[in-house]
Amino acid sequence: MGKTVIEKIFEKHTKDEVKVGNIIWLDIDTRTARDFGGPNVVKRLYQYYGEDVQVDDPKKTFFTFDTVAPAKTIPYANNQHFCRQFAKKRGIKVYDVDSGIGSHVAIEKGLCWPGSTFVGTDSHLNILGSVGAFGQGMGDADIAFAFKTGKTWFEVPPTIKIVFEGEPYRFPVTAKDLTLFTLRKLGSKGALGRAIEFYGKVIDNMNLYERITLSSMVTEMGGIIGFITPNREIIEHFRKVKNDPSIEPVVADKDAEYEQVITIDISDLKPQIACPPKPDNVKDVEEVEGTPVDSVFIGSCTNGRYEDIELAARIFKHFKVKEGVMVKVVPSTREVFGKLLRDGILDILYDAGVIVSNPGCGGCASGQIGMTGKGEVQISTSNRNFRGKQGDGDTYLASPVVAAVCAVAGEIVDPVKFLKQRGII
Amino acid sequence: MKIKGRVWVLKDKNGNLINDIDTDMIFHNRYLAITDINEMGQYALDNLEGWEDFSKKAKEGDIIITGENFGSGSSRQQAVDCFKALGIALIVAKSFGAIYKRNAINSALPIIEAKDIEEIEAESGDEIEVDVDTGLIVNLKNGKKTYAKPFSNVQKEILEAGGLFEFAKKLDV
Repeated sequence: MGKTVIEKIFEKHTKDEVKVGNIIWLDIDTRTARDFGGPNVVKRLYQYYGEDVQVDDPKKTFFTFDTVAPAKTIPYANNQHFCRQFAKKRGIKVYDVDSGIGSHVAIEKGLCWPGSTFVGTDSHLNILGSVGAFGQGMGDADIAFAFKTGKTWFEVPPTIKIVFEGEPYRFPVTAKDLTLFTLRKLGSKGALGRAIEFYGKVIDNMNLYERITLSSMVTEMGGIIGFITPNREIIEHFRKVKNDPSIEPVVADKDAEYEQVITIDISDLKPQIACPPKPDNVKDVEEVEGTPVDSVFIGSCTNGRYEDIELAARIFKHFKVKEGVMVKVVPSTREVFGKLLRDGILDILYDAGVIVSNPGCGGCASGQIGMTGKGEVQISTSNRNFRGKQGDGDTYLASPVVAAVCAVAGEIVDPVKFLKQRGII
Repeated sequence: MKIKGRVWVLKDKNGNLINDIDTDMIFHNRYLAITDINEMGQYALDNLEGWEDFSKKAKEGDIIITGENFGSGSSRQQAVDCFKALGIALIVAKSFGAIYKRNAINSALPIIEAKDIEEIEAESGDEIEVDVDTGLIVNLKNGKKTYAKPFSNVQKEILEAGGLFEFAKKLDV
């Protein structure tokens, strides 16, 4: 019997038998902790191994400060500095508060690569499935253990194959709409404890930023990770940044064994929106049109790439933010921020009346760029709208395009209708 | 091994078991600067509608019964440790979020999956007994039974060792 992607990656990283249901010891190529969880990782290492504790391999170990960047309260500042001191003494590199979201930095800098294994305290690290790597968010005990030993235990999950059928979407429909539509079909438990592999013409056509969006919300489907076979461009990126021409994609065998094959027809995909208070409470945008909007957040590990923000700028190029609506844009990384700056996208955002902040997790993590108040309706391009996650208000999840047209209209509107009426498409 | 205790059944105001209780409902992100386990118990479930006062009601040795996908969301260990701080003896859920499950096992917080837990018709305050080796769950109030998925070997070994790090000392990893 053939092997799935996760089975193939695991086989290269363990001495144990890789079989669905088996618990194996997995070698971890890259071990990371962010400023949420990181201090607890260090505390546990001190607690169990003493103040002189050494990590398994400092070159494979990183801190990525992205949640409260820069620290806005004294406890957060203390926590970050506690990690910095630990790292400095041991020669561990810190991607500090200027860097941006750890998972995105990992892709840009080649801390992960197709076929590699990567763990950290960010529950959306399975985003690395977008480049065919195994990434996994874990708690601080697991991560402390990985820092110390370079290993983790893992139960080999079954894999679900999801095949998209129908013609790929076109602007103003985006990868976020496909992602929310998939979540709508699967629900919050549809992939619980499972790996996913995504296939179809639409997947083949997707660029990196679109793959990131889809893989990032596998967490909200309950899944372990969602793999997409890297295309030539992605492989070339990692070969270049790692200076390693031997990097190849890990591809599932033709006769790999899947627990389930799900076909999703995406012909005539309409703009989608996840209504409060759960990410899988997805509707067509047109079903909730007219809901007044108070604020908009564009960014996060799901939609914080250059291209995501450029999509929003296509709207803001023509229309200003409606008076009374607050719009916040947070680029995912410093590299993204720099490109937005140099390409003039920040000018467009500024002129439209948008607040732009330094890179990081933005609205998702304890309010780097503010939270919502009771009764406030927010459109967010992030991945979770649970009660209290981004404040006391009601959060709707949508694409950067939907978010931008809502910012301009001051209410929820379908971008297809909105842009057609104004002759933009 | 058997675990016996008084249960808290996490139901909504309509009397249904709550599904998808996420880590922000269990231990909200506004408390994430806390790294001392002794401070965590007081915030357990304080962002779950109807259960805000849980930490005041719960006693050491109590058992929690909850619905599907308990602990979905973030990777924060505090969402496990807050229950350890309160001395919760066991969490029985219809299913758990994947990361939560690992965190609980690593911290030696006993958790068990019982997809048909409604069969024992438990109400908060009932006493139940759970045999984690066979999976048998009995509601001692009404005698009704159901079966959970027994503990895996890794889970048992880490629990017996008292956590992942104690367990690791015995291994060549």
